[in-house]
Amino acid sequence: MNRNRGHIQPWIALVGLIALFAMPLDSADPARLLVREGPAGWALVAVMAAAIIAAIRARRSLVAAGLLALAAHGGAAMAIGLLPSLAGHAGSGFWALVLTSWLLAWALVTELSEWPRRPGLPGLVLSLLIPFLFGLWLLILWQIVVVVFEVPFVLIPPPSAIGTRIASSLPILAADFRQTFLKAVVAGYAIGCGSGFLVAILVDRVSFLKRGLLPIGNLVSALPIVGIAPIMVMWFGFDWPSKAAVVVVSTFFPMLVNTVTGLSASQPISRDLMRTYASTYWQTLFKLRLPEAMPFVFNALKINSTLALIAAIVAEFFGTPIVGMGFRISTEVGRMNIDMVWAEIAVAALAGSAFYGVVALAERAATFWHPSFRT
Amino acid sequence: MTGEGTSGKKSESPAIAIAGLSLVFNTNDGPVQALSDIDLEVKRGEFVSFIGPSGCGKTTLLRVIADLEQPTGGSITVNGVSPEEARLARAYGYVFQAAALYPWRTIARNIALPLEIMGLTRADREKRVADNLALVDLAGFERKYPWQLSGGMQQRASIARALAVEPELLLMDEPFGALDEIVRDHLNEKLLRLWDRTQKTVVFVTHSIPEAVFLSTKIVVMSPRPGRVTDIIECGFPRHRSLDIRETPEFLAIAARVRAGLRAGHSYED
Amino acid sequence: MTALAATPHPLPAKPKGKLVPVLVVTLALIALWYVGAYFMNATLARDAFLRAKKEPTASELLLATYAMDRPLLPAPHQIVAEIWKSTALTPVTSKKSLVYHSWITLSATLAGFLSGALLGLILAAAIVHVPSLDRSLMPWVIASQTIPIVAIAPMIVVVGYNLMNGQMGFSTDTSRFIAKALISTYLSFFPITVGLVKGLRSPDTILVDLMRTYSANRWQTFWKLRMPAALPFLFASMQVAIAISLVGAIVGELPTGASAGIGARLLAGSYYGQTVQIWSALIAASVLAALLVWMVSLGGTAVVKRMGLAR
Ligand SMILES: Nc1ncnc2c1ncn2[C@@H]1O[C@H](COP(=O)(O)OP(=O)(O)O)[C@@H](O)[C@H]1O
Ligand SMILES: [Mg+2]
Repeated sequence: MNRNRGHIQPWIALVGLIALFAMPLDSADPARLLVREGPAGWALVAVMAAAIIAAIRARRSLVAAGLLALAAHGGAAMAIGLLPSLAGHAGSGFWALVLTSWLLAWALVTELSEWPRRPGLPGLVLSLLIPFLFGLWLLILWQIVVVVFEVPFVLIPPPSAIGTRIASSLPILAADFRQTFLKAVVAGYAIGCGSGFLVAILVDRVSFLKRGLLPIGNLVSALPIVGIAPIMVMWFGFDWPSKAAVVVVSTFFPMLVNTVTGLSASQPISRDLMRTYASTYWQTLFKLRLPEAMPFVFNALKINSTLALIAAIVAEFFGTPIVGMGFRISTEVGRMNIDMVWAEIAVAALAGSAFYGVVALAERAATFWHPSFRT
Repeated sequence: MTGEGTSGKKSESPAIAIAGLSLVFNTNDGPVQALSDIDLEVKRGEFVSFIGPSGCGKTTLLRVIADLEQPTGGSITVNGVSPEEARLARAYGYVFQAAALYPWRTIARNIALPLEIMGLTRADREKRVADNLALVDLAGFERKYPWQLSGGMQQRASIARALAVEPELLLMDEPFGALDEIVRDHLNEKLLRLWDRTQKTVVFVTHSIPEAVFLSTKIVVMSPRPGRVTDIIECGFPRHRSLDIRETPEFLAIAARVRAGLRAGHSYED
Repeated sequence: MTALAATPHPLPAKPKGKLVPVLVVTLALIALWYVGAYFMNATLARDAFLRAKKEPTASELLLATYAMDRPLLPAPHQIVAEIWKSTALTPVTSKKSLVYHSWITLSATLAGFLSGALLGLILAAAIVHVPSLDRSLMPWVIASQTIPIVAIAPMIVVVGYNLMNGQMGFSTDTSRFIAKALISTYLSFFPITVGLVKGLRSPDTILVDLMRTYSANRWQTFWKLRMPAALPFLFASMQVAIAISLVGAIVGELPTGASAGIGARLLAGSYYGQTVQIWSALIAASVLAALLVWMVSLGGTAVVKRMGLAR
């Protein structure tokens, strides 16, 4: 498909630029124009104009992309710089500035998306840069909207406040991470996945058990298992072992079901091959069926990496000692320290994606031969 | 019949003796008679081909010999013992229609697989792997993975894997079925030379008439519904032969007889 | 020996069923449960006897462990009795009715799930058609699958509840309902988006090319090719989504001091040590989850069958 339609964003940005030129930044002060903000204002207008022209005329050029990036982020920086003096009374010129910058960023993302996907490092950088820009602009707009509209802090704090909070609460965040992740999640995940795997191997030997347990395991995998948290607290106390127990139960069944399925995944021809070698049960298990089951096992490991964190955090909503990510979230919500809640969520997101990433890397190393990874 | 003299030193039972063998599959659509009243003897050192239209039970018969299927009637011995005992003694090497190489093992480790199972030492394994890779012209590909190789190379690797067991008996189920004509000719010649040199017994399933005639000392013609043997044809070509013999009148005569046998089998239908 | 082959063979065995093994395994698990209940409750029961200055016989002790008020692990029949009492014997409008609580949770789950599915559909269609969204937004949607989104539930509940109840003037119940539904929406829309994008992209190039030979427009290609091809994927991801939706609604009932809903029952039970109540709430949640997933999978099977994709 060779659609070479021009993009509309630069044209709207052009309109925005004109508005930005003529309209006041401050609704309380009609005389306050961007171009009266000193040389920076003029420079910004000039860069934006250049970027718009470049975006309209030159496609797929590094220069256009560079100009767009400069103009969009210069505009964003200017807008954020102006924020403190405009909170609550931003004028149409300010919005034109935000809108124009945002359109230019959008034009930049569109432009970058059209660059051919290349293998190797440049391709990787590009494929990370595009979502990074998206995330960055989410934060920029969030910051601007929250500050300008003076959204109550308890409702949604600006990203800058969350960043400050993270920086100032590192010891607390680290302690919570240790309690929830390093203790409950890691222990529960290891025990749950390990026992699910071993039980699957045992169950696999008895066809009757297999046929009986597989549907039950499938059913249980869909149940809201985190609900057992209050019971586990009664059995194992308030500290991390009760959370680990919830994690164990949550992760056990997906691993059981996946491993059992994976163990039957080997091709009949491969099993016949092992038979012609008069191979023993264990030899077939280790040389054929377990390798063949690995993609399924890793699927469970990946699902479980997320489940484990969810289980541990939610279990803490039911009661903990005075530390832990779930505990922190629920108590700080109660105290309306929403910035701390966001800080904790950021840590949880980071931990979750890092955990998943590690498992995914291990998967790649262990099942490099699988068609989905072959190069 | 040049193959006969070779078994002189071991005056034992034939490689394969089948009498009155039959096999019925119980399927969801009712019983299927896959093999009916098969009688066959394969002497040591022979090269026997099963030929017939698809569905006539060639694979099933080969699998019975390999103890991968249980017959429902009749008797069969392999090397004078039951197929199961032969299998447990690792008396044969089996080459499947597909290469069936494990994608997580390199070519070398795939060939070492049966050797690991048999409990050979590492040194022995390495030697046999190297020897057999060289035999099928795959030296230098040890560290490749199967999916990095072409279909013909994969099938050669699977033959090397069967040979690495050093079996007296080689069972091959349409090993070259999926390959193009030129690769196939080449491998046919290689196989023939190997058989000539090692004095192995080979049972070879095919549905190509020229392939069967070119390779075999004995051709077993089969026909379907129910699977049975309609003709057994002896070919007396010298053990050393080249692809050129395919142009000779003798060759064409045997090919014509095989074709006639196949057609006769077909006339039972409709 | 040949005669053997001639004799008609017994008809092929039916493909081995699952029902009997499942029943047997379930019974075995229940038996195991009873054994477990005895051992877990024995100490408590013995203490009770000692306090009453009685020396229990073995059978008295056994029976006592199955009839405790607040056992460590209630016996299955105690849970069944409690469920029976709180469903069949209690009017559904009563705050003691499990049906009432289940409905509170279920309604938020369904509302959230439906809006999440709608949102997912729109987003997936956009991602499939707009390359810049595909490359900028899609990575975030995928990454969000790996993070414990449910962690934001308390915040959405508390903040959303305060916002709607305080600022917007919704009633308490409506505010709670919307807050929970929001969580469920949020949780269910990610898997649905990912599944749908995969499904909408699933048609082979030749099928897309075929549509191009008809010079079909995007709209036609979408409805006549992409959407039907995506349906199996959609239903598979909806099964995941509805299960997580329920979890979201339950978790959403924990922080606001809500007094209704399965989550609230769990929390109240754990405050007062009412283990039988916790277990019956758990069973109710499980039944709900099973029913929801089952209904989605039924829908999926029906659609797949109608499309002739079933094997
Ligand atoms: N495992 C099986 N179950 C049921 N029927 C089978 C099975 N294997 C083969 N058959 C049937 O037995 C007959 C012979 O099959 P096969 O030996 O594979 O034929 P060929 O190898 O000559 O093509 C066919 O009708 C086939 O459908
Ligand atoms: Mg066959």
